[in-house]
Amino acid sequence: MTWLPVIIVMLVCIIIAVARVFIGPGAPTRLVAFDTINTLVVTSLVILAMMFDQVIFVDVAIVYALLSFAMTLYVAKYIQGDKF
Amino acid sequence: MDTLNTVSYVFIGIGLFFNLIGVLGLHRFPDMYTRLHAATKCTTFGSIFLIAAVIVQSAGIWALEGAYPSQSIMCIHAVLALVALLVTNATSAHAMARAAHRSGEKPARAVVDDLAEKEND
Repeated sequence: MTWLPVIIVMLVCIIIAVARVFIGPGAPTRLVAFDTINTLVVTSLVILAMMFDQVIFVDVAIVYALLSFAMTLYVAKYIQGDKF
Repeated sequence: MDTLNTVSYVFIGIGLFFNLIGVLGLHRFPDMYTRLHAATKCTTFGSIFLIAAVIVQSAGIWALEGAYPSQSIMCIHAVLALVALLVTNATSAHAMARAAHRSGEKPARAVVDDLAEKEND
């Protein structure tokens, strides 16, 4: 089973989302695009773990998912205008 | 193993299709809320199927080889990663939409904001 084309398509998806981060008007749109990139990166890490047969990549993916969730919540509170 | 490969290819096809649709929706929709609608739901659905393909492959190797190869750890941890992704994606989408509405972001071609009137009461 070959996983290389899957990773290439995921990379194309990430590049399209990065374009939206650069051109998107306003902070909320950029936050949406960045959250999309985070989801795609977590999925790509799980696929890379299967591709290279390295279990540690999946653990990195779990930690990345939880940390990106914390980042999204903090940036959302910043956009909302709350004081910390 | 042939059946498992076929199931994995079908899952990968569904997952990549929905990921591409979600990312293209980021560029096709006019404002932030519809972009959130496209990107979050389609990307979560596609990621479910892509990680499910990895789970099926590693579980198949685990069942065929037996005696706890490294694929058993990968199978269980991929399930944990999928659960973490499902919980955090829905919650962060809700937080982003709420923050955008509180910051005054209006939908494209909006004429009335029912939620703002409700908050003023």
